[in-house]
This record gives sequence, structure tokens and C-alpha cells, in this order.
Amino acid sequence: MLLAFDTATSAVTVALLDGVDVLAESTVVEPMRHGELLAPGIDRVLAAADVAVGDLDRVAVGVGPGPFTGLRVGVVTARTLAMVLGIPAVGVCTLDIVAADVVVGEAFAVATDARRKEVYWARYGRDGRRTEGPAVVKPATVAMDGPVAGQGPQLYGELFPRAVEPRFPSASALGRIVETGSAELLAAEPLYLRRPDVSPPSAPKPVS
Amino acid sequence: MPDEPLVLGIETSCDETGVGLVAGTRLLVDAVASSVDEHARFGGVVPEVASRAHLEAMVPTLQRACREAGVAIADVDAVAVTAGPGLTGALLVGVASAKALAVSLGKPLYGVNHLAAHVSVDQLEHGRLPEPCIALLVSGGHSSLLEVADVTSGVEPLGSTIDDAAGEAFDKVARLLGLPFPGGPYIDRAAREYGEVTIDFPRGLTSGRDLQRHRFDFSFSGLKTAVARWVEARERSGEPVPVGEVAASFQEAVCDVLTQKAVDACRSRGVSDLLLGGGVAANSRLRALAEERADRHGIRVRVPRPGLCTDNGAMVAALGAELVRRGRPASALDLPADSSMPVTTIVA
Repeated sequence: MLLAFDTATSAVTVALLDGVDVLAESTVVEPMRHGELLAPGIDRVLAAADVAVGDLDRVAVGVGPGPFTGLRVGVVTARTLAMVLGIPAVGVCTLDIVAADVVVGEAFAVATDARRKEVYWARYGRDGRRTEGPAVVKPATVAMDGPVAGQGPQLYGELFPRAVEPRFPSASALGRIVETGSAELLAAEPLYLRRPDVSPPSAPKPVS
Repeated sequence: MPDEPLVLGIETSCDETGVGLVAGTRLLVDAVASSVDEHARFGGVVPEVASRAHLEAMVPTLQRACREAGVAIADVDAVAVTAGPGLTGALLVGVASAKALAVSLGKPLYGVNHLAAHVSVDQLEHGRLPEPCIALLVSGGHSSLLEVADVTSGVEPLGSTIDDAAGEAFDKVARLLGLPFPGGPYIDRAAREYGEVTIDFPRGLTSGRDLQRHRFDFSFSGLKTAVARWVEARERSGEPVPVGEVAASFQEAVCDVLTQKAVDACRSRGVSDLLLGGGVAANSRLRALAEERADRHGIRVRVPRPGLCTDNGAMVAALGAELVRRGRPASALDLPADSSMPVTTIVA
């Protein structure tokens, strides 16, 4: 039994899978509330499928890139569950999870909100395999007429005129990736792509 | 010892990743991983650096705590975690981990107040907390005087800093004097070595009118500026800055105000127990002066050992254990992290 979740976008998505069968799924789109929504979501899918937490044999987490605070909620939850239950935790790039639900029959891209007027970005071939990225970029540098999934087209419509579904990752797609190996499996380590925004202080300002 | 509930406490409100295990008032282990060295070159705690460090240290610190205490994680009866106040991103790492523990162990979760945890930690060293007591909590993030009627349900704030926290003043003055971060221990040492108080630095909010409006509040911003002026005057005159002398006089000004107001709070409330907590409570002069002044009025002083004064998981476990003992309701799984959680909220 696999528990899968992603908290690297405005969506908090949780799914429970038995093989590739999705037993229960819960997705709530609400920014800045990952810390509040994830644990109840886990509780809810376990209860809905009548599965005990001890029956899990793997946990999967979207490892971003995505806004750091929410991203860490998912990663630390996966690592803690893995420790307590003695099961492995695997990671999948959040953009790959979005890409897994894209149905267009041609090459496409995924762009999600990186704030600060930037996007998290990756490009995919017709077969759905990632060919470029993930990276954090100014949207103008990757503007394209082809299909773009993720929230990018809603935020930068002129640069990404052809929006395709989905806008957010789904935990069921994450679960299927892990079960089938259809995208790269990673460690449960966040893909920050940015260094902490700090610089050493200058000398104290004189007061007199 | 009868089987008292085993409570695990997690603290990640600032730069220490702490995990403690407590049975009743018995401390089994206090495991702390600090990211302070990563912040030193920035002269203060950088929230994003702290949050990243918490994520990396969280599970290893949980594992180390269990190993050193010789307990299996499955033996834990309740999970307590600092829900606030503190840095949001940092708090959330601990809160999310605590929820994952509660869900996977099927045990209750208590999201607790950091300041109330600083008060309850003393139980681990000196036995049951005298209630009521007055608590003086001083650290890099807080400077508060609290009246504690019941540490699990009745904590009343009497006063707090209106600008810088006491520990922040120590850090800023240390930087002026070219001492490392965090400044507290270095100023303490330099002051001890110098050994006398020669400069009359200002005592904030201790004059007549200020006392009427801010009897139990603190202000350290003016003191910090006064020290900076003094140091700059020295530099302008081309003379070397006497680090020990400035450190000793600055420290005396801080400790003088803190202890004066703490003892005044005890006397005005008719409370005969004073508790010190928070990182600045590790300061040797603060401890000595508090005891000297309290003693004159028959007030008992309790100060946990320095390792329990700074942020740690044991204090969170200690409060959790007390909440369990007094049958207080647990938190819901949608518990938020609250960066400005008021001290009147002990369990969120």
C-alpha cells in the first residue's frame, strides 16, 4: 500500500494506492495552509479506504521545486512517517507529477508559480519524458506557443497562451509514477533550486 | 517509579532542532541539533537557513533521542510540539513532523506555547512547579514577565519588551564590541574577567512616569544606542575600546532592570517564587543578582541549568507531560503554526 502526497504548489493532494489502483484521494487547493491540511488529508484517505497506517509499505512525496515552506511540510512528513513505520520514502519532481496528467500528444512544458516574478519550469517530449529542467527562470526567457500545464499560463497568459490541464499535481499521478517507474525516482530531498536569500551584514551604522 | 506516560517533545521555533523525552517530571533525554554556526556570519538567525537546517536535522534528532533514551518510538504515549510563537517556516517543520508522529503512532498531539514550555522545564530539575509563580523569560526573541497560576491553563502576561528582546541587545552590543554571535556567553565572560561596573548606562523604563505606564515592561533599544555612542566616542578619540569594561557595565544595566522588575512583580502579586528561563537566564550575573535581590524579600529563585534554559525539546515534553497529567484536551490535526501565539494560549 502506497501513501502519496505533494505540497509543493497551492494544492495539498494526498492519495492512497494499492498498486496502480487509487483507493482514496483528497485534494484541497488553498495556498499557505499546507501545515494545517496535510495531516488531516492523510487521516481522511486512510479512513476512507479503511486502511491502517501500519499497512503502508511505502510513502511517496513531491519534492518540488515549489515554495519552500509548503514543500518542507510534505518532505518532513514523508521522512517522519518512513522513520516511524520503517518503510522507504521516495521523492518525485513535482513538475513531473503535473506532467504525468497532461494529455496532448505533443511536446509540452510545465510551469508553476515560483513567486518573485519567476516560474519553476521543465520541458517534456511527446512521450511525456522530461527533456529540460527543472529550473527556476523568468517566464519571458521560456515563453512558448506550445501547450503549457501548471499555473504558469494563468499567471503569465501572454507568454504561455496555450494553457492545458492540469494546473496542479495530483497525488494519484504521483503514486502511479512510483508504482510504474514512469518518471525519475528521487530521494525525499527538496529541490530548492534557490539558495537562501541572505547576505552577510555590513558594519553597524554609527548612531552619533 | 509507576508507569508515567512517555511524552515526546519537539522544538523548532528558532535555530535549535530539539527533541526531548519525558516521563512525568523525569527527563530521559534532551537531544538538540543547533544551526547557530550557520547563522553566525550573518550576525543573527536567518529564517530560511534555520528552516532548511530543521528539515535535515529533524529525523536524525528524533532517532538520536530514542536511541539515547533506550526507548522505541512506538512506546511514546503523546507527542507535544511548539506551535508558537516563533519563526513560521521553522515552526512548521516541527509541527508537521509531530503530526506525522501522532498519525503514525495513533497518539494524541499537543501543540503548545513556547513560553509556557520554558516555564515548565524547571520541573525536570527542581520538581513540581510552585504555582503561582512569577516567570522571567529572557532570550533572543522574548523578554516577558508572566504570572503563572497554572502552567497548563492560566498564564497571565504582566509585561514584555516594547522594542528589542534582552538577548537581541546582547547580540547587538557583542557585534559593536567585535565579539562573536550569539553574544550572550562572550559578554558574560568578558564582563566576569573585567569584574567591575564603571559606566552608568541607562536603565530603560525605570523612571517615574515610565514606571506608571510600563511597570513590568522592558526596553533595551535606548541602552543599545547609549552603548554604541559610548563606543563611537572612544573610537573617535583614537583610544582603544575597553571591551570588558563596556561588557560589564552593559550587562549590569540589563540584569539590573530585569531583576528589579521581576522582584517587584513578585512583591506586588504576593508571590514568593521567581522562575528564570530562556537563553539569557544562562547569564551568570543575572542568576546571581536575581538571587541576591529575591533573597532580601524572602523570594525563592528557581533557575534550570543553562542547557535547559536555551531552546530544547525537553521543555516541550515537560509541558506535554503536565498537560497529560492534568487531563487537558489535545490539539486537532489541523493545528496551525502561529508565529505570534499569545502566552494566554497554552495549547492550540
